[in-house]
Amino acid sequence: MTCEYKLYDTSWCPGCGNFMIRDALKQALEELGIAPYDSVLVTGIGQAAKMPHHIGINGFNGLHGRALPPGIGIKLANKDLTVIVESGDGDTYGEGGNHFLHTIRRNVNIAHFVHDNQIYGLTKGQGSPTTLKGQKTTLQFDGVKLEPVKPLALSLTMGAGFVARGFSGDKPHLVELMKEAITYNGYAHLDIFQPCVVWNKVNTFKWYKDHTYYLPDDYDYTNYEAAYKKALEWDNGIPLGVLYKVQKDTYDDSFEFIKNGVSLVNAKLNPMDAKKYLKEFY
Amino acid sequence: MDYTILIGGAAGQGIDTAVGLLERMIKRHGYYVFTYKNYMSRVRGGHNFMQIRFSDMPVTSYSKELDMIYAFNEESVQFHEDRLKKDGVVIVDNNIAESNLNYTHLPLVETAKNLGNDKVSSSVGLGAIINYFGILLDTGIKVIKEELAPKISEVNKQALEKGYELLERKYNMKKREDSHILIDGNQALALGAIAAGCKYYCGYPMTPSSSVMTYIAKHANEMGIVVDQIEDEVGALNMALGASYAGVRAMTGSSGGGFALMVEALSLAGIIETPIVVFNAQRTGPATGFATRTEQADLRFMIHAGHGEFLRMVIALRSPEDAFYQTVRAFNLADKYQIPVLLMTEEYLTNYNMTHEPFDFSKITIERHIASGSDIPDERYKRYKFTENGISPRLIPGQVKGQVVLVDSHEHNEYGNIDEDAENRVKMVDKRAIKIEELKEEIQEPWFIGSNNPENLIVCWGATYGAVKETVDRLNEKDVSIGALIYGDIWPFPTNKINELGKSAKRIIDIEHNSTAQLESLINEFTDIKCTDRILKYDGRALSGDEIIERLCL
Repeated sequence: MTCEYKLYDTSWCPGCGNFMIRDALKQALEELGIAPYDSVLVTGIGQAAKMPHHIGINGFNGLHGRALPPGIGIKLANKDLTVIVESGDGDTYGEGGNHFLHTIRRNVNIAHFVHDNQIYGLTKGQGSPTTLKGQKTTLQFDGVKLEPVKPLALSLTMGAGFVARGFSGDKPHLVELMKEAITYNGYAHLDIFQPCVVWNKVNTFKWYKDHTYYLPDDYDYTNYEAAYKKALEWDNGIPLGVLYKVQKDTYDDSFEFIKNGVSLVNAKLNPMDAKKYLKEFY
Repeated sequence: MDYTILIGGAAGQGIDTAVGLLERMIKRHGYYVFTYKNYMSRVRGGHNFMQIRFSDMPVTSYSKELDMIYAFNEESVQFHEDRLKKDGVVIVDNNIAESNLNYTHLPLVETAKNLGNDKVSSSVGLGAIINYFGILLDTGIKVIKEELAPKISEVNKQALEKGYELLERKYNMKKREDSHILIDGNQALALGAIAAGCKYYCGYPMTPSSSVMTYIAKHANEMGIVVDQIEDEVGALNMALGASYAGVRAMTGSSGGGFALMVEALSLAGIIETPIVVFNAQRTGPATGFATRTEQADLRFMIHAGHGEFLRMVIALRSPEDAFYQTVRAFNLADKYQIPVLLMTEEYLTNYNMTHEPFDFSKITIERHIASGSDIPDERYKRYKFTENGISPRLIPGQVKGQVVLVDSHEHNEYGNIDEDAENRVKMVDKRAIKIEELKEEIQEPWFIGSNNPENLIVCWGATYGAVKETVDRLNEKDVSIGALIYGDIWPFPTNKINELGKSAKRIIDIEHNSTAQLESLINEFTDIKCTDRILKYDGRALSGDEIIERLCL
C-alpha cells in the first residue's frame, strides 16, 4: 500500500519511549491514509529529533531549537503537505522557546509533537525546561533551582486552539491524540510524556503511570478556564487527553491566494508578471 | 550643467515628501537625478538633509558644492552654507533668521495659511524652486497629482502655483525627453526578487534593510508572495530554508546585527544544500553602530560567516540597476548550485535614488534546476547522490509519488541519513566543496572603467562604484591615466582582471568604506598584487566623487 511507513534501525536506547511514539506516529499516519511522500516530519536536534531517520517520510532534520520555523515555511509553501513538527522538551521549550511562543500566535496548520521526558538525553542528563525543581541531575548536583515550564498552560496562555497531552506508555490513546492533532485545522500542541530510561530516574514509566489520569469522556474541552486549570494540575494527578480544542482562524487561510489558489510551489513563474511595477518609478 | 539642491530640516518636518516630489519633477523635465539621503536615527527632531543633484549627463554620486539650500530651519543653513557656491542661494521662510540678509526670504508659511492649510508651505517652496531652475509648472502639477492623495493634491497644486510666482527664474533648463526610472537600491533589489519568482520573504525589521520587505509586501497579495514578519532573524532564515526545501524561491535579509543571528542557519543551508538568497544591508558597526549610516565592514564576515566549511557565493551590489539584475542572478545560482547566495548592499545604496534606463525584464530568465521523477534512477531517492560536479538532482517533497526527500543538518549519507562513517564524511565534504569548480566558471570579473592599462588603478567594491565612476570620468577628461576595478562577485574571489591590470599599474589605490581595507586583504590573499595607497572612510558617511579626487592628490 502507498501509505505504508517503513521503519529503519534506530540509535535509541532499549526501552526508550521514542519507540512507542514512532509506532504511534506510523499507525496514526497510516490510519489517516496520508502517504509518506505527502507528509513531512520537521525536527530539531536531540534523540526525539532523529525521528525522520528512523521512519520513511519526507524529513527536514534542522537545528536545535529551530524545528518550528522550517515547519511553518514548508506548510505555507505547500499547503498540500501534512506537516508534523517533532522534537524534545529542551529543543522546544528551551532553545526554541521564542519560536514556540510565536508559532502559537501564528496558528499555522501544523501538528507539533513534543517528546517530553523532562531531561536532556542526548547531552547526557542535564536538567531540561520541564525537569522538576529540586531534581538532581548530571549537572545540577544540588538539584534544579528553576521553576519548570508548564507547557500546556503556556500554550493555552498564548492562544493555542488545540492543546493535549499523551503518554508513550499508552499507544492506542496516543494514536488517537495524534490523529486528532494532525486533522485539526490549525496549530496543534501535543506534549507527550515519555520515560528516559538512562538519564531520568525520577520520571520513570511507573512514575508516569502513577501520576497521570485520563480526562473523563464528559470533559468539556471547549471550556478555556477549565482547560487552564487542568493544564496546571500536577501534584494530585496529571491529566491525559485533549485539554482544549476549539476552531480558530488559521494563518494559512489569511492569505487569500493560498486559501483559494494552488500551492505556492505549483505557482507559474514569469518575470514579465512583475514588469508592471516599473511604472511606479517613472 | 550640474546642479545640487540641499533640503534640510528636522525629522518629521516633511523633507522626505518634498524631496520625493522635487526629484521626480526634475526627472520628468528630462534630467538625470541622484538623490543622497542623510538621516539621523530618530523619529522627530535632529538634523536630516537630502541633496538632489541633477544634470543633462548621467550622475552617479552626490557632490560637495551646492547651488541651493532650501532650509526648513536655521540650523540646516548653518550646517551646510560653507558648501554653497558663490552664486548659490539659500531659501527660507520669512520667519527664519529674519535679520540675515544673505538669505532669500519667501512667504512660504503665509502663502500656505492663505490657502487654508499651513502644511503645504513646502509645496510653495517647491514651486519657487522649480521656477528658479526653469522646470515647467505643468510638469510639477502632474507630479503632485500623481504622487499625493486626492484629498490633498488640489491644495498642494495651488501652493505650487503660488510658489511659482515667488522667485525669479535664474536657469533655463530646457524640457527634454524623459524615459528613465528613478529608483533606490532596496526597491531595485525587491523588484528583482519579485521578478525572479520569490514566493516567500520573511524577516525582522532592521534599518536599513526593512524597505525591501515593505516593497515586496506592497505587491505580495497580487503576486501571491508570503511576506512574513518573524519573531527574530534566527527564525527568519530557518523558515525561509523550510520554504525553499518545500520548493519555492525564498529570501530573507537584514543588516549586520540581524545577519549575525542568521549565521547558525547559514551553516545549516550549507550542509542541507538548500538554495537560499540572503542580503545584508550593511550599516555602521560593530553592534548597533549607526543605524542610518553606511559602511562596508562586513565583507570578511559575509565570506566566513558560519561554523564549519561550506560553499557560498557573495555578490556585492554596485548600483540600483546592478541590485536588480544581480538579485535575479542570485536566485538562479542558488538553485543551480544548491548553495546560499549572499547579497551585500549598504545603507548608502539602500536609499539613494538614481535615474536608470528602465530595467529590461525580457532579459531575465528563471532557472529552477529541479529534478523530476524521470531523473531519479534509484529505487529510493538519494538527496545527496554523489555526482561528478557535486550537484545532486534535487527533488521537491510531495512532487514525485513514492519518493521522500530527507535533508539533514548532521553529516549524512547519500539518502540524507545520519552517518558517522569516516570515508563517507570525506566524500560528502568533497562533494559539497567540488561544486566550486563549476561555480568559478560563472564568476564575473570586476567591472573595469577608465583608461586602457591605467597608470593609476582604483580597486573597490559594491556601492562605492558611483563615486569611483565619477572620479575616473572626471580625471580621464583631464587626461589622467586612471581606471578602476569594481568588484560585484567577490566570493569566490575573481583574480584574472586584477592580475592583468595590477601588474602594469604604477599606483593601485584601494577605496573602501571601512577601516581595515578588507578588499585589499583579499587581493593580498589571492594574488601577488600589492596596493600602494588606501582611501578608507568609516565615519558612516559615503564617499563622493569630490572627496575621492581630493584625497587622491593626483
